[in-house]
Amino acid sequence: MKAWVLGDDIDTDVIVPGRTMKFGIEEIARHCLESVSPSFASSVGKGDFIVAGRNFGCGSSREQAPGALKYLGVAALVAESFAGLFYRNALNLGLAALVCVEAKRIRDGDRLELDFHNSSIADLTTGENLPFEPIPGHLMEMVRDGGLLPHLEKRLKCRTTS
Amino acid sequence: MKLTLAQKLVARAAGRSSVTPGEIVTCKVDLAMMHDSGGPRRVKPMLERLGAKVWDPSKVVVITDHYVPTYDDESRKIIRIARDWVREAGIGNFYDEQGICHVVLPERGHLRPGMFAVGGDSHSPTGGAFAAYMFGVGATEMLGVLVTGEIWLKVPHTIAMDFSGKVSPGVSAKDIMLFLIGRFGLDGGQYQAVEYRGAAIRALPMQERMTLCNMTAELGGQTGLISSDQVTKDFLKLPNLEAWESDADAPVLAHHRFNASDLAPQVAAPHSPANTKAVTEFRDVKPTLAYIGACTGAKLEDLRMASLVLKGRRARMRLLVAPASLRDQKAAENEGTLKVLQDAGAEFLGLGCGICAGYGGNVLGEDVVAISSTARNFKGRMGAASSQVYLASPYTVAATAAAGRICDPRELLQ
Repeated sequence: MKAWVLGDDIDTDVIVPGRTMKFGIEEIARHCLESVSPSFASSVGKGDFIVAGRNFGCGSSREQAPGALKYLGVAALVAESFAGLFYRNALNLGLAALVCVEAKRIRDGDRLELDFHNSSIADLTTGENLPFEPIPGHLMEMVRDGGLLPHLEKRLKCRTTS
Repeated sequence: MKLTLAQKLVARAAGRSSVTPGEIVTCKVDLAMMHDSGGPRRVKPMLERLGAKVWDPSKVVVITDHYVPTYDDESRKIIRIARDWVREAGIGNFYDEQGICHVVLPERGHLRPGMFAVGGDSHSPTGGAFAAYMFGVGATEMLGVLVTGEIWLKVPHTIAMDFSGKVSPGVSAKDIMLFLIGRFGLDGGQYQAVEYRGAAIRALPMQERMTLCNMTAELGGQTGLISSDQVTKDFLKLPNLEAWESDADAPVLAHHRFNASDLAPQVAAPHSPANTKAVTEFRDVKPTLAYIGACTGAKLEDLRMASLVLKGRRARMRLLVAPASLRDQKAAENEGTLKVLQDAGAEFLGLGCGICAGYGGNVLGEDVVAISSTARNFKGRMGAASSQVYLASPYTVAATAAAGRICDPRELLQ
């Protein structure tokens, strides 16, 4: 699906404004990225991608930043690099955060397809294939389970049944 | 094998004699700190879904700071959930409206050199000033800690920031950090451990060291560390000094050397803490509001800096002060520091994160130009997206308030 291209150092205050933090995720998501991409929250489609430069998600620990993107149907985040805390938060919510050093080759609106098996992003608009770094092995099971909460749920269930 | 302070702290928590940067380890958590925003209201429903209990309530500390003072139905509900949950979960370490979590935590003796701790807030590296490995996590990751008492970690490399000399009068830890963030960028810390070293760091009082480690978040490090010494021991009132430090010549990813004596006061222009230049570059900027607040800008040491500049002067713009903790506020009151600020025309806000977090009660209006001793000036963080925030030390914020334009505090301290 379609790429929404953003720049470097996109911070969590820009992703989800602080004044909305007191509300639930539905209301927070309505303001997602509004100061840099006013039409994003209302027109992002299910399965779309965020494509960003360096240090995506820097700033706060607020998990609602990846949470709002996931809520709006974003399929995966592709960036040259992620802020470490945001990266952990995204994977903990089961939202794929993929490091792609060539992310800047992707243009706004390009149609993308992910190939997890080969760790590559197909840009169907330009015909390019861009490799991404696989999600670290020790986190893959958690991401496959849909995030840390369902992963813990599974682990605790196993413990009680065994 | 020569080890860095970061490696020693992580190895201890992982139950190992040594660890290698880059390897994935599981660490036992000695302390988990949460505040009202990312804490109880987020973890309670998840704990209930799992039918799980907190692994060790004595290792959990809850502090209300983001939504206090409460100002509407939502904030009242968030604080009520925190108060109810600590009772239900048997959390004895609860500090309600006592100040900002990063300041209250060490002030109440919860941190010790050698500890491994997580905090539900990005400024949790503040704890590293006490030679503890402390870093920020989100609510779901906190849930994992609360249920298991453990967390995974990629053993960090260490980036050494070494300052010789001594900061000049009117120059502070905030200037050191704004300088480093400007020099290395918001991802300069590469999510590794940043260790602050050298004679200039050793000479800093504890709360100034906290400011360094706190803003390691803006530098993009996972944690900021300072080895323990007499200053640590005295601040925490420890019976003995527990020496936690890097081995001499332990390999580091980078070793940057600076002379602190050369450093001028720094200002970060909107909308990034990396947008930094010397204060003299901003002489023509005329803010309409000066703000002294936040964990990184309104501790007792910070209030003292502001009062040194403002003694016998009047602010020529609105000056708002939100002390970082109740204890610091009382100490500042007793020693006369608050009186100086009051006489200069300061208005005092309630204890808590205040305008810095931008979470409600007080926020910046449209087109306000502010100078602030806080940590971040991202677009819209402290209020309207059209507001412009310049970051600076408490000295520089106070000097600016007195001068009516951005002003080098050294001019007023002579």
